[in-house]
Amino acid sequence: MQTVVESTGICKSFGETRALKNISFTVDESDIFGFIGPDGAGKTTLFRILTTLMLPEEGTMTVLGLDTVKGFKELRKNIGYMPGRFSLYQDLTVEENLKFYATVFGTSIKENYDLISDIYSHIEPFKDKLAGKLSGGMKQKLALSCALIHKPKILVLDEPTTGVDAVSRAEFWIMLKKLRDHKITIIVSTPYMDEAMRCDKVALIQNGTILAINQPIKIKEGFSRKLYSVKADEKYKLLLALKKYPKTSSVWPFGDSVHLTVNEEDPEESVKSFLEKEGVKYPEINLTEAGIEDRFLELMKSENG
Amino acid sequence: MKRFLGFVKKEFLHIFRDYRTLIILFGIPVAQILIFGFAVSTEIKNAGIAFLDLSHDEITQKLTNKIVSSDFFRKTEDLLSYNDIDRAFKKGMTKAVIVYERDLGSKLMKEGKASVSIITDGSEPNVATLITNYTFAIINDFNRDMNRTAGNNSILIQPEVKMLYNPELKSHFMFVPGVITLILILICALMTSVTITREKEFGTMEVLLVSPLKPIQIILGKVAPYFLLSFLNVIVILVMSWLVFGLPVKGSLALLLVLTMLYILMSLSLGILISTVSKTMQQAMFISFIGLMLPTILLSGFIYPIENMPKIYDYVSMIVPPRYFIIIIKSIMIKGTGILFIWKETLILLLMTALFIGVSVRKFKVRLQ
Repeated sequence: MQTVVESTGICKSFGETRALKNISFTVDESDIFGFIGPDGAGKTTLFRILTTLMLPEEGTMTVLGLDTVKGFKELRKNIGYMPGRFSLYQDLTVEENLKFYATVFGTSIKENYDLISDIYSHIEPFKDKLAGKLSGGMKQKLALSCALIHKPKILVLDEPTTGVDAVSRAEFWIMLKKLRDHKITIIVSTPYMDEAMRCDKVALIQNGTILAINQPIKIKEGFSRKLYSVKADEKYKLLLALKKYPKTSSVWPFGDSVHLTVNEEDPEESVKSFLEKEGVKYPEINLTEAGIEDRFLELMKSENG
Repeated sequence: MKRFLGFVKKEFLHIFRDYRTLIILFGIPVAQILIFGFAVSTEIKNAGIAFLDLSHDEITQKLTNKIVSSDFFRKTEDLLSYNDIDRAFKKGMTKAVIVYERDLGSKLMKEGKASVSIITDGSEPNVATLITNYTFAIINDFNRDMNRTAGNNSILIQPEVKMLYNPELKSHFMFVPGVITLILILICALMTSVTITREKEFGTMEVLLVSPLKPIQIILGKVAPYFLLSFLNVIVILVMSWLVFGLPVKGSLALLLVLTMLYILMSLSLGILISTVSKTMQQAMFISFIGLMLPTILLSGFIYPIENMPKIYDYVSMIVPPRYFIIIIKSIMIKGTGILFIWKETLILLLMTALFIGVSVRKFKVRLQ
């Protein structure tokens, strides 16, 4: 498999803040590569360096065999980029937006219609509507169509699902999977953990550092300890009580439950009785399988601690 | 080229879809022409005045001294014949010419009556009116002095007023060039700087930069529609001032249009320059208003004559481009002068345009930050 992106030792700071520290990774052709991390982790800065919009202070990055600093002119012809804020002209209609991006990239809607038809067909009925009047999900589809209209070899999507409803998010990932058939490499960032599992490979990023890069399933497996899911009526009280439990190693809220690791074997009974003593009513404790989020939180903790 | 045209088309769509832009483009010029049709009065200080003394006697000497010794006037030159008057005005320093008729002194002694002509430059109606009033007062004062020393009341110098270039003293004559100057800098600089920073603010600039569009294509694509619309605007203003006020273009219309294009180009490059240093639309608007609108109104000689300003403002106004365009457009429209009299101003505008374009192309970033 061919390497499409190769990054070695990328650093970038803004004044005192070090946004990216020694970022290295490779992306293979036709992969969906995800950068997962909280806001302010450095994802957008990294993407801007990747799309030739910013210069790295140290390190080099080659995309499609071209250096992002020296080869930016050639590279810009082959990148499809969708910035975090949907870069649409709010006062132009859906069709005008798409047409504009098509002409700017020296192509036409007709020429590459097969590539975007899956996505664009959802919004085509509204083609005379102003882009500013579309819902979040539709804006996202239009922005994706615009980014794809020139048949780029690599597609860079900066938080494409932020501010989009759950149904549209799911649809969006299905569309991305389909793009793989066109040999388009996709680099995507998201703050949502559940989306990590949909990528071929993910990099966990925090405070400008990559904590782990691997297939999502492998990252998940990196969680080596036994994980317990604890439930009770009053979640906050439960969380405080578990923090007090002397054998607790780590504890964090997870959905409607609390995830817990402890430094003892078979802790179910003793945890339960401790909780009841602390006044938590009807606690339930079960062994559970770790998700990627658990691994991420574990990595974050070891990084910070 | 197709890319570029696609870009220009998009810009036109932006303009026509936003009614506020259209109001600024076409509503304000029309409103300003009508509003500024009513003049604003100003004061006279050190206005240049030339003398054509055909008599050369004691009385004319005294009167000349009296006029020149006031704070209001300063003598620019002595003319030799009537033919010199037009030349003196076109040089621009002289705002009025005082003509003493032949044998004024002896006529005054013999007949007790003689006349002095005050010829003023009507293309600046405010100044012309004020000069006339002040000279009248000085001559009346002179008459009183003469009578007191002579001991009778029979001596009288009668002033006669004549306006050159704008004989009926229509004040809107001077406002039309002023409004054109103001409107062009407003539309060109303000609008282009705002439209470029808008792309930055909405994040669309990121995508444009990542596209194969060259910076020069982005800039020209932004500028071209405004160039066309501004030019159209000038024609609308000229036609309107001709229809409403009956103001003709006295000089060459072709020369006026060519130099207007130069001025438009200058303003557009200034707008691009502003956009390269501002991050938000608000910033761009602020710089345009404070940095361009106010100086144009206050320092270009549009409303307040530059020669009345303290010297320091005079120097400051030298870097205000509209100052030069106002001279150019007034000379062509009202005095009917040709390029020979305004080549200096034209050259300055040319140099400024080249400078602004050079700096903005250098400053335009192909990357963020």
